[in-house]
Parts: sequence; structure tokens; C-alpha cells
Amino acid sequence: MRLTALTAVTAVILLAVIIELLRRRQLREKYAVLWIGVGAAAVLLGFFPGMLNALARSVGVASGASLVLFLGVVFLLLVCIHLSWETSQLEEETRTLAEEVALIRAELAARETPEMVNDR
Amino acid sequence: MIDDQRVLIIVPAWNEAASIADVVTEITGELPGTDVLVVDDGSTDDTGRLASDAGAIVVRLPYNLGVGGAMRLGYRYAKARGYDAAVQVDADGQHDPRYVPKLLDRLQDASLVIGARFAGEGDYQTRGPRRWAMTVLSFVLSRMAGHRLTDTTSGFRACDRSLIELFAEWYPVEYLGDTVETTVRVLRLGYQVKQVPVAMRPRFSGTPSKSPVKAMLYLARAFFALGLAVTRR
Repeated sequence: MRLTALTAVTAVILLAVIIELLRRRQLREKYAVLWIGVGAAAVLLGFFPGMLNALARSVGVASGASLVLFLGVVFLLLVCIHLSWETSQLEEETRTLAEEVALIRAELAARETPEMVNDR
Repeated sequence: MIDDQRVLIIVPAWNEAASIADVVTEITGELPGTDVLVVDDGSTDDTGRLASDAGAIVVRLPYNLGVGGAMRLGYRYAKARGYDAAVQVDADGQHDPRYVPKLLDRLQDASLVIGARFAGEGDYQTRGPRRWAMTVLSFVLSRMAGHRLTDTTSGFRACDRSLIELFAEWYPVEYLGDTVETTVRVLRLGYQVKQVPVAMRPRFSGTPSKSPVKAMLYLARAFFALGLAVTRR
């Protein structure tokens, strides 16, 4: 029983942190939806632990704890893959910006020393 | 201008202060009609200034992107300034600029011309995993091209205007992406790829790696790059 109380409190804090981050515009909405979903699910399970075992039995898993562990690991893996993907996108974007900066600087330098320009 | 063509020599350079000035001076001496663009790939030494003093146009990346990143910037520059052909030449002095007119000649019947070792000219040799990798790469790419390509990882290459436009938009940063993957993509899009035999010189500075671990790693990465490239789309 004490574990469920702990889960419930943790879930509520989690949800509160996410909402606070959103309120301060520290978290983009697209990520917030995901985490609010996770927080809400945790709150639900924290307050109604009976649901978990019922859910586990309905999909043929013996104990609710195993189901939570399994889903948790899968979920975290997916989040990691998503973050790698997101960083790759960001690297591509900063690469383009770096190129722009280099071109603009070359353009500026050429204007400052007109005799160096070998345009048509 | 070479044969009424505006030609840009693109030299990607990362910390090549020891050789860059000689390389630029040699290119401008051998190829007076061309413009030389040195892409300073976030060097922490004097590469950019030395290249500029030697008479090259210099664009400087704020941080190191790798050869692929430097080359896309070079092609963007070439596209923006309306060059008809671009030739990539390494900053370490391995590529002899006297072959550049030969590469440009072949551009009449191909869009991409590779300056190839192992094609009769010169006595460049490799051994072990590095050699196996190159053999497999050239086998696969030769089949795609319909004729023999002996050196698909050579960074000594010339391309025409249509490929400058493609490369300005799309040029991979990954290791070997700049050579193997671009060749695969260009062949897939139906462009002609030809090769010209060249002799490579020893570098002006620095030493090539001889470690067997690095050679195995090279093999693995080469197959990885090739595998990804041929299974795309």
C-alpha cells in the first residue's frame, strides 16, 4: 500500500513539473503532450492500483509489475531513439546555419577589400 | 577561364597550415584561369589566413564539419557565383593540379569525373583491409556505372554545373559519404561518371595512418556507408 502512495505522489509531482515547464514556455508543446500523457497514466495507476493487475490479466501478463516494467523499457527506448533523431535534425540545421555564416562572412570581407573581389 | 568555362577549384582544409600555402600557390601557378576557394573547416591554426595570403578566396566555417560539410559549402559558393565546373583538390598536396585539365576534358561526356589511383598511372599501393574495402567498393560501383571505376574513394574529382546544383543542396557529412554515397546517388540519378587515371603524390605534410585497427575500422565503415547508400530509396 505504501508503494502505491509513493507512486501516486510521484505521478502528481511529475504532472505538476510538466505543467509548470509549459507555463514558463520551457517545453515545446509537441513534447509536453507526450509527458502529460505519461503523467496522467501514472496518476491514474497510482490512485487505482487495482486497474494495473486487471489490465495485465486482460492482455495475458501474470503480474501488473512486469507489464509496467516492460512497457516502461519500451517507452524509454522509443524516447531515446526519438531524441537521437531530433539531434540529427538539429545538427543538419546548425550545419546549414554554419554554411550561411561562412558565406556571409566571405561576402562581407570581399566588400571591405574590393580589390580582392573576383566576381564576373 | 579554361575553354570558356568558369572553373572553381575547391580545397577543403582543416588544420593544414603546413601545406595550404604551397598547395594554393601551385594551383594558381598551374591553372591561371581558375579561381581557388579554400574552405577553412573550422581550423584552429593559421590555415585560413595563409590560404588568403597565398591568393585564394577563403570561406571559413565556424566549427569543424568534416570534408562533406566543407564541400557542400564549396558547392553552394560555386552555385551562387555561377561557376560552370568545380574541382575538389585536397589540401595536403596529394593531388597534382596538372591533372585538372584532364579531368575537365572528360566533363564533356560525363557529369562527374574521378581522378583515380590504381588505373595505370602512378604506383599507389594499399594492403590489407583497406585494400579489400576499396576492391568491393569499386566492384559494386563499377557495376552500377556499367564500366570500370577503380578508385571510388578518391577525393580528386570534377563535376559540371548540373552536379554543382545538386551538391549545393545535398552533400552528406558522414564519413565516406562525401565520396562513396555521392557517387552512388549520382549514378542512380542517371548521370555519367567517368574516371581519369592520376598519380597521387606523397603528402606535403602529415603521415597516412598505417594502424591495422584503423584499417579494419575503415573497412567496416566503408561497407556500412555502401550498404546504406545502395539500399536508400
